[in-house]
Amino acid sequence: MSSRSATKGPGTVRSLSERVLPPIFLGSGFIGIWYLISYGILEPRRRFLLRPPHEVLQVGFLDWDNFLPILNALWSSTKVAMIGLGIAICIGFVLATLMSQAKIVERAIFPFAVTLQAIPILAIVPLISFWFGTGQTSRVVVCVIISLFPIIMNTLFGLQSADRGLHDLFTLHHAGRMTRMRKLMFPSALPAVFAGLRISAGLSVIGAIVGDFFFGKGDAGIGQLLRKHASQLAGEELLAAVLMSSALGVTVFLFFGWIQERAIGRWYETTTGVD
Amino acid sequence: MESDRTGPAIGSLAFEETGMVFPDGTKALQDISFTVDQGEFVTVVGPSGCGKSTLLKIASGLLEPTSGSVHADRDQLGYVFQDATLLDWRTVQGNVELLAELHGVGSQERERIATEAIELVGLSGFEGHYPKALSGGMKMRCSLARSLTLKPPVFLFDEPFSAVDEITREHLNDETQRLFRTEEFAGLFITHSISEAVFLSTRVLVMSARPGRIVAEFDIGFDYPRLPELRFDPSFAELCGQVSLKLRGSHS
Repeated sequence: MSSRSATKGPGTVRSLSERVLPPIFLGSGFIGIWYLISYGILEPRRRFLLRPPHEVLQVGFLDWDNFLPILNALWSSTKVAMIGLGIAICIGFVLATLMSQAKIVERAIFPFAVTLQAIPILAIVPLISFWFGTGQTSRVVVCVIISLFPIIMNTLFGLQSADRGLHDLFTLHHAGRMTRMRKLMFPSALPAVFAGLRISAGLSVIGAIVGDFFFGKGDAGIGQLLRKHASQLAGEELLAAVLMSSALGVTVFLFFGWIQERAIGRWYETTTGVD
Repeated sequence: MESDRTGPAIGSLAFEETGMVFPDGTKALQDISFTVDQGEFVTVVGPSGCGKSTLLKIASGLLEPTSGSVHADRDQLGYVFQDATLLDWRTVQGNVELLAELHGVGSQERERIATEAIELVGLSGFEGHYPKALSGGMKMRCSLARSLTLKPPVFLFDEPFSAVDEITREHLNDETQRLFRTEEFAGLFITHSISEAVFLSTRVLVMSARPGRIVAEFDIGFDYPRLPELRFDPSFAELCGQVSLKLRGSHS
């Protein structure tokens, strides 16, 4: 299809506009509805519930006194997310590697991994504060719990996905366990590992915000800020903080897509969504 | 590694009343006896699911037969699979060097023999390409080159060209024949293409449906090198016809 439209000349322009225009239309429609609700549906005294877009922009983003605290809080949450993700990656890799080596280890660990995944994070918040206090440590713990599972499962799946024929080839030529691991299983696992990383990176941002929402001691992040703005009915700042939180999530997702492209793009057909 | 045997060495690869029954009770092979000597190219044709691949797995030692024995010179075995089974993250050069690497050959020597093998299969110029950039036929050539690096005395082929188109297949057949002439290995080839079998082999064995047994044997007398035109020769067609007839007979 692409080659056919390319020969027509304006094809590339058209395909670009085909990709860019729909989200712009949808976004404009969304902002239109937003205005409609702010001015058309809400009476003036209830307008604080949804401030119109330009006021959010003015007060939340362009007023430096409001925007700087958002950036600071965001940075603090980013640090928490990255520390939590880093720990989750280390634990996840080690567990998945062990599980890939012996069926019995896999069977032993699997139910606990699933249980960990199934715990509603809100349910153990009191327990976490009980054990780790209400500071940085607890925020990181929430992050690790929430982002660990996809790393374990994707890494394990990746390690087990190495081609049967290649395993036979390594067997025929008397490759040892370590050689098989290093030259066959780890490289085979990389695409799945990166898929897991991108999911977990997004989750770690959520974990950092959720953790921060409940544990406010020390260097508070975006969760505390959201809480403060909500209690003060500061709609513009609240919406700005929400938008910046999701911007952080998107940035992290794209960042890991970029790393993936750099790491395995040469040999693996990636669908990063960044192309 | 080698199954124990009492008699003197007979051929590079020998099956002696080999049988295979899988744990689920499936009888895959029954009373298989034949040998492949150095300089022989033996092809087994049979209907799909008759246990042809099992035969190669036993020859290579990946599977132990449940009865009879097999002995093979397995030190530097060449084994070409149904798929190219390349490492996606390695270039052609890296893939071809893999086996020498697993056998602990130094990097300079590795590079030298890989370059030689790549030239032999006509992939020169593609050393730096990753498998995703290669066509099906080129992947198969790369896979062939990988096996050639060890100068295998015994070469096993498990329907290696079944996934490529007819024209590429004929090209690859020509090349396989040329490699057989220059490398003088003992070749055991599995296929369900009769013309491929007759074109390549010094001997064609016809296998029956499960449990797989050898039901007919044909000596193929055409002189090497065999030219592509041989495929249009009446005597070639007649031999193919005879093999086909036996194959049909084994089906019913």
